[in-house]
Amino acid sequence: MSAIYILWLRELKRYTRSRAQIVASLGQPMLYLLVLGFGLGPVFKRAGNGDYFQFIAPGVIGMSVLFSSIFSGLGLLWDRQFGFLKETLVAPVSRMQIMIGRTLGGATVACIQGLSVLVICLLAGFRPAHFSAIPLALGFMVLIAILFAALGMAIGSGLQDMQGFQLIMNFLVMPVYFLSGAMFPLNDAKSVLKYITRADPLSYGIDGMRNVLGASNSAFDPRLDFIVLVIVGAIFLVFGAYRFSKIEI
Amino acid sequence: MIRVRNLVKTFGSFTAVNDVTFDVAEGEIFAFLGPNGAGKTTTFKMLTTLLKPTSGEIELDGLNPQTHQNQARQRFGIVFQDPSLDGDLTAWENMEIHGVLYHVQHKIRRQRSEELLKLFELWDRRNDQVKKFSGGMKRRLEIARGFLHTPKILFLDEPTLGLDPQSRDQLWTHVKSVNESERVTVFLTTHYMDAADRVAHRIGVIDRGKLVTQGTPKAIKEQTGTNTLEEAFLKLTGSTIRDESANAADQMRQFAKMWSGGRR
Repeated sequence: MSAIYILWLRELKRYTRSRAQIVASLGQPMLYLLVLGFGLGPVFKRAGNGDYFQFIAPGVIGMSVLFSSIFSGLGLLWDRQFGFLKETLVAPVSRMQIMIGRTLGGATVACIQGLSVLVICLLAGFRPAHFSAIPLALGFMVLIAILFAALGMAIGSGLQDMQGFQLIMNFLVMPVYFLSGAMFPLNDAKSVLKYITRADPLSYGIDGMRNVLGASNSAFDPRLDFIVLVIVGAIFLVFGAYRFSKIEI
Repeated sequence: MIRVRNLVKTFGSFTAVNDVTFDVAEGEIFAFLGPNGAGKTTTFKMLTTLLKPTSGEIELDGLNPQTHQNQARQRFGIVFQDPSLDGDLTAWENMEIHGVLYHVQHKIRRQRSEELLKLFELWDRRNDQVKKFSGGMKRRLEIARGFLHTPKILFLDEPTLGLDPQSRDQLWTHVKSVNESERVTVFLTTHYMDAADRVAHRIGVIDRGKLVTQGTPKAIKEQTGTNTLEEAFLKLTGSTIRDESANAADQMRQFAKMWSGGRR
């Protein structure tokens, strides 16, 4: 247990120490929020879909949780190159504990990130249906964070160099984000796009937040969102743990 | 303390370690020497549970590192060829993590961390982030960390790589003194023959996967009829140069150095 705790704490310490990273990782969601939120707002309204700012806020929160959690897993690449991974792998603790500690640490950082973006959204004018909905929204953030931290861990276990990192960024992280309905309503999506968006786990996370925060245009039942996230999250955790157990230095 | 019998490791059709047999007694400093690509690091990895041998036996303090992995790991400390510290954490925090991972009790952990950091002259800098440390300080911290859980065996894989003569000298002095004061068995690899001559009680020379000879530095010099260990080494392993290709890790470090202005 203490091994899990100390590795979790390590992720938090690293996060709070890199102020540049905190600012940078808040900057990107803010750009989406403010530029798209206010820029596309009038068009969205004219199309009869209501307030775009209310709509996009959960999407931007989901985005920051996604990026932060998946990068925590890919951080394995850095630890591999700078050697700290070896230090943990030769210690007399099971790989499972190391993987869990790291994943929970990454997920916690992602949730802090998500909450910070939520605060920015509130300051910029986002209004949830009720403030009691915020803990529920946090619950969805936790699910998204664990799911993608585990996926990041699974991918990070096999990454050897920087080129692979770019590949993941362009062909996994960005598509997961753009196809999640973070920026457009899913219930209007047609044909192929409809099926692709339904295969994206982030869709359910963001939709879940929209449901509980009372934002317009949610696509699924919140119970379905919850169940899908838990099942896919569990699968990714097992997959991540398996891949992590196979790392060879 | 270390017992190796007919150790073999093959990667596909390439035999990296070929039928290696040796023993290291308790409290002994054993230097494992060989040119690049001779099989030093592969042997090192098998001894430290990072690689599975293809065949042969290893015993560390009477334990098979494959079947009793965690018990074996508890018994040794390692200093790797390349750094394995977390640069964003402080020296003290690196010690803390290590202590927790090796199940060292809280009180003993604090006390020993303090002793070791003082011994390796890092106490004043304990609250600084490791990425601000010089190469020599990082090495010293890694060795201090390796001692935190009172290991019976200390593995050192080219610990003086990239250090200036002053830091090298200091490091070997420390290794010798802990070997004497705590009766720790030391297994080390190095390219510095004079250092091996100075600190090691016994030496094993490996080339192309085979153990060429083993014995005290004096015996090896007598056996080859040479005056220095360096000459003996060249006589045993020939003077052709072995090339190793850079791997992904090296390239990445190069890349990171470029970005961080060489601070890591």
